[in-house]
Amino acid sequence: MTAGLEHYLVVSAILFCLGLLGVILRRNLLIIYMSLELMLNAANLAFVALSRFNNNLDGQIMVFFIITVAAAEVAVGLALIVALYRKRQTAHVEDLTLMKL
Amino acid sequence: MKLEIIPWIILFLPMLAAAGITLFTLKSRDQSARLSIGAIVLGFVLSVFFIAVNGWGPLKMESVASWLEVGPLQVDFGLRLDPLSLLMLLIVTGVGGAIHIYSYGYMHDDPGAPRYFAGLSLFTFSMLGIVLANNFLQMFIFWELVGLSSYLLIGFWFERPSAADASKKAFLTNRLGDFGFLLGILLIWDTFGALNFSAIQVELIRNPQALGALATVVGLLVFCGAMGKSAQFPLHVWLPDAMEGPTPVSALIHAATMVAAGVYMLCRVFFLLDASGSNALEVIAWIGGITALLAALIAVQQNDIKRILAYSTLSQLGYMVLAVGVASPTPAMYHLTTHAFFKALLFLGAGSVIHALHHEQDIWKMGALKNKMPVTFWTFLLATLALCGVPPLSGFFSKDEIIAAALNPEHGSVWLFLLTVGVALLTTFYMARLVLVAFFGSAKSHEAGHAHESPKVMTVPLLALALPSAAGGFLGIAHLYGKQLGQAHADYHVLAMAVSVGAVIFSFAFAWGLYWNAERDPLPEKIGALARAMRDRFYFDELYEATVIKLQEIAAAMADWFDQWIIAGLAVRGIHGTTELFGRALRLVQTGNLQTYAFLFVLSVALLLFFVL
Repeated sequence: MTAGLEHYLVVSAILFCLGLLGVILRRNLLIIYMSLELMLNAANLAFVALSRFNNNLDGQIMVFFIITVAAAEVAVGLALIVALYRKRQTAHVEDLTLMKL
Repeated sequence: MKLEIIPWIILFLPMLAAAGITLFTLKSRDQSARLSIGAIVLGFVLSVFFIAVNGWGPLKMESVASWLEVGPLQVDFGLRLDPLSLLMLLIVTGVGGAIHIYSYGYMHDDPGAPRYFAGLSLFTFSMLGIVLANNFLQMFIFWELVGLSSYLLIGFWFERPSAADASKKAFLTNRLGDFGFLLGILLIWDTFGALNFSAIQVELIRNPQALGALATVVGLLVFCGAMGKSAQFPLHVWLPDAMEGPTPVSALIHAATMVAAGVYMLCRVFFLLDASGSNALEVIAWIGGITALLAALIAVQQNDIKRILAYSTLSQLGYMVLAVGVASPTPAMYHLTTHAFFKALLFLGAGSVIHALHHEQDIWKMGALKNKMPVTFWTFLLATLALCGVPPLSGFFSKDEIIAAALNPEHGSVWLFLLTVGVALLTTFYMARLVLVAFFGSAKSHEAGHAHESPKVMTVPLLALALPSAAGGFLGIAHLYGKQLGQAHADYHVLAMAVSVGAVIFSFAFAWGLYWNAERDPLPEKIGALARAMRDRFYFDELYEATVIKLQEIAAAMADWFDQWIIAGLAVRGIHGTTELFGRALRLVQTGNLQTYAFLFVLSVALLLFFVL
């Protein structure tokens, strides 16, 4: 049995849901961040699979964009987390409720 | 310099003085007095000069400056110069000038004197404005200004609660009348489309039926204004209380000029009152008559020297209004003029007495002042005789004309005639009582025993006013007014003369019998309850307290309830409360937890997708 489009998409969906659960449930900012990356990569996988099976390169171009943007985002995001940790001595979301009145 | 600029200078000099005093010389009593007195005396001199050069002739000077233009309404700021206004100009600046000078002596020790002179000058400005106004709106504005300055001066000793109350009462009562006046003005504008006196007159001559069915209403509404200012029944209650102000103020404002403004205005717009189809004159005549009689009756039992004079003023104003009501504006203005002289003199004399007795105003604590204050006594006596109508003093001629006019069959009636005669009787009676008790007999208090004549600055104005009070009948005043307002009816003069002289003699003999050397008032024992009612001013104040003021309080309480519960409660607080409730509910959603937001975000995206797909 060869792997069809459905297999790729199912894996992608599972990855996305894992990432989502991680974002919602985990408390550590770094882990949440990694989960976010997981969700992005799930999208990448879906793009690549669709590109491959539709014989269209547009999806792959989009993936390059996402990887580039994600790299930049990781640089900024990690810097923010480090700065936050230095200031507050914590990287747990429960302690970051300054937005509330 | 062109001649026509002089009236403008006369008008604005007192205003400049008032402004100067308030801005620069509030610290200095002498400088303030000099400014104020200088302005009005200069005004008097200029008035005399103007009349000497220009004559009484009608110099048609109107609408000199366009003032307001609102749509079709065009209001000018103009001066009207005819015998009526020129004579009033002389009275206001002349009598006013004497009173200003007298004030310098009377207010000598008062620390608030600069404020007093500022008020006096402001008043003079507003009064001149009324006199010279050539249209209704301008007159109304100065009319209100007069009310304001009267308020300021009655409440001059504002630290005394009675003075503060009196000023408020005067202002509010006047406003009540002015409201009617304003309505009248609006109605006139609606009908004629103009506010200028001469324009309205021309229009009315061209089309006598212009007012139609509203003629009476317009007349009565305009009369409302006069009712407030000239203190006619039933708005007469403020004038006696206004005596809380300094005595020169009573002389200037509440005897000679401001209260006369109502009568002046009625004469100025007489063509409106007399318009065909209008019955306003009849009402005016009776209101004047009732006021005259009522006030004269009350005056008989008052003991405060200023209050007696105040009620006497009321009664004489009633006379004038009655004269207007019987279509005789000339006698009304004539009496206004002579009354201004002798009533100002009476008040200044009373002020001199009060000053000498260290602010004692009860006539039963005076007595035997005849020899101690000769100048005051003789001038006071002269003014009293003039007021009673003893020939050949000024009051005799003017009063006689009013009594004769009341008999005029066209507008007057026998009842009005009897009313005027009755008032004449009472006038002599209460004035004789006042003079006999205050100046003759024995000294009834320590102060009265040690009284001294007032200083020259006070007695000279007395003498200055005594002259026209005595000779006012020979100056041709009636003739001058007559040129503009029509000559008085010549009939019945002999009868009126005989009756009024008889009334004086009879009444004086009666008063002599009762009050010669009297230690107490013998009248209450003789007529009992009636005397008590007279003393208590026929309970008008109490009546108003129980009706008008109660009603007003109820209305105010209702308005307050409405404001508190409906406007502030339901409308304002309701909207605010609802918004806040929603806000509080929405705030529950904002936990501040990042992951809750993320969860809600995902949930809503999922829901969206579910519904869209």
